[in-house]
Amino acid sequence: MDYIFHFGDVFRYSGELIDGTLTTLRLALWAMVLGLTVATGNAMVRTLRIPVVDMTIAVYVEVIRNTPLLVQAYLIFFGLPALGIRMNSETAAVVALVLNVGAYSTEILRAGVEAVPSGQVEAGSALGLRPGLIFRKIILPQALKIVFPALGSQFIMILLATSLMSAISTPELTSITNSIQSQTFRSFEAYVVSAIIYLALTIFFFGVFEFVARNFLGSTLINRMEVR
Amino acid sequence: MIQPFEWQDSIFILRALRWTLGLSLAAFIGGGTIGLAVALMRSSGRTYYSVPALTYVILFQGTPLLIQLMLSFFGASMFGVDVSPWMAAALALSLNTGAFLGETWRGCIEAIPSGQRAAGIALGLHWRHRFVYIILPQALRIAIAPTVGILVQVVKNTSVASMIGLVEITRAGQIVTATTLEPFVVYLIVAGIYFALCWPLSLLSGKLEARSATSRATRRSAAPIGNYTAKPVSRTL
Amino acid sequence: MTMDNLQMAVEILGVNKFYGGFHALKNITLTGTIHDRIVICGPSGSGKSTLIRCVNALEAVDSGKILVHGEVIDHRSRDIHILRRGIGMVFQQFNLFPHLTVLQNCTLAPVLTTALTKQEAKDVALHFLEKVHIAEQSDRYPSQLSGGQQQRAAIARALCLRPRVMLFDEPTSSLDPEMVKEVLDTMIQLAGEGMTMLCVTHEMGFAREIADRIVFMDRGAVVQDSSPEDFFSAQATPRAQQFLGRLLH
Repeated sequence: MDYIFHFGDVFRYSGELIDGTLTTLRLALWAMVLGLTVATGNAMVRTLRIPVVDMTIAVYVEVIRNTPLLVQAYLIFFGLPALGIRMNSETAAVVALVLNVGAYSTEILRAGVEAVPSGQVEAGSALGLRPGLIFRKIILPQALKIVFPALGSQFIMILLATSLMSAISTPELTSITNSIQSQTFRSFEAYVVSAIIYLALTIFFFGVFEFVARNFLGSTLINRMEVR
Repeated sequence: MIQPFEWQDSIFILRALRWTLGLSLAAFIGGGTIGLAVALMRSSGRTYYSVPALTYVILFQGTPLLIQLMLSFFGASMFGVDVSPWMAAALALSLNTGAFLGETWRGCIEAIPSGQRAAGIALGLHWRHRFVYIILPQALRIAIAPTVGILVQVVKNTSVASMIGLVEITRAGQIVTATTLEPFVVYLIVAGIYFALCWPLSLLSGKLEARSATSRATRRSAAPIGNYTAKPVSRTL
Repeated sequence: MTMDNLQMAVEILGVNKFYGGFHALKNITLTGTIHDRIVICGPSGSGKSTLIRCVNALEAVDSGKILVHGEVIDHRSRDIHILRRGIGMVFQQFNLFPHLTVLQNCTLAPVLTTALTKQEAKDVALHFLEKVHIAEQSDRYPSQLSGGQQQRAAIARALCLRPRVMLFDEPTSSLDPEMVKEVLDTMIQLAGEGMTMLCVTHEMGFAREIADRIVFMDRGAVVQDSSPEDFFSAQATPRAQQFLGRLLH
């Protein structure tokens, strides 16, 4: 029974921890940017109201939201090579994360678009703007502004979700922590340090998003139930 | 020796389903108990209850589930207690779920118009009576849809327990893949099972949400780093 | 004059209340005897709602004392729940319990806090629901009723505990104009039966008709406390006249 904590053994690996953290951030950022692109694309395509397309998007969203990210990652990294599609672990991780964020962001953005007052579209038409332009320049910006807090939350979630990519050998923070742990046998200390780093990242980004939301958008990430 | 994928492998995966369901149930019950305490503490309006509960929520919503699982598994052996993967997973998942349920339920309690409490007070009712007869019934109605959504989360989260060796369906899939070398088929089946479990629940949650959304209160699915959309988006991966 | 008529129903003595640095109630002194009908009016932000909410300890006072029928009203006291049953409150937002029928709304508190059986509480409830003319709606839910009906149900609910004093916090301010009359008529009926009433309202016609006293508040202080005749005449203070001028336009 070892009550003496040896954090020093873990801090020796600070270089590796930093690398892992940077990889984590990189994965999360790519996932968010590309995922948001996917979501925006879906939102635009939805305005065309082609049933087959709408159906495909709906199926995509439902499949992703009702299966675990871990299994999605396994399918992409281990399953696809059986069909001839190979990729390295970081690429597979990004693909899995993008598909995942994309699905959730599609739903978030859809709610945002629906929340934009219909009078906006009417005003745009009255000004002689084409539908595509109305959507891109009037609806979409407002929708994004409305759902900014939700997207901020998504980013934080995906940041934490990158830890699962350790299962497909992506060298992000959790993966690094695992190897530190196996080399030093200081499992508890290693994971505590890792948890603190994740927590710090979460709090940091939450603070940034909250600052932006409050000061520029008049909204907040903190859950507030509204009642009429 | 590589064996072709056969029916026995499917049975193996399905038998592991017991653990997926068992863990989901344990996490939901454990998390529900913790969540109720958290919700009450957070909505009590008293800092010495609210702050510890908030700290707990931030810790478990601000760190990855996998790390929590590792800490649960390795942390216990640190203190000399030998835990099975099942126990470590049940503990970690309960604590994690408790944080999400707690914040969601807090939001539901706070969504009730303050006038309800005032009316209860004006009628001379004690806190206990107000809670049981006025607050709780209304909160339950609001809470059902997002709670079912969190249940979906819980089922998906059980997949992470595969990383500490619990043979639930994801781990079973890994084992079968190792012997049959058919990862695509195997993981597709595993994904299919999760989908079969989760999709009906998601549909139910959506239906419940649509029904309750027609009333006057606007609800948001709750977590401190919460969702802001008109329709609660399930916060899971 | 019997002793009964001289008994003080409500005594608000030197009450001050602060919200942080903001002085919401400034040394308010106001008293009423049994059967008095006191109307409190004034511009928004004058503290009238805050004051009436202090009378049944929904809000706490920072200094001064409030007594109802000789009992001190203190939100920290263990007996406050008992005292509140003697004070009925009607809210601007009605605050009926949406998950209970009108009848259940009325019987909940009596069953839980008094010795009445369910059947007895039901009889009492139906009696008061009859009185406010919505007995037919007793098995309906609040959402199925109009605003005026809901407020009358709320009045009945408060009456079921048989309070000796009724507090009304802008009872008609949330109602569509055509429903204001039915609620005011109910209140007039109540006044006619001798109920001691403290009423915050903008309805000056109502005030003129039934008030024994009109209390005008502005910016947290009582500016005028007089009979209706004095209030509506040229003897009113300048600020009161200004307020009336704007209101009666």
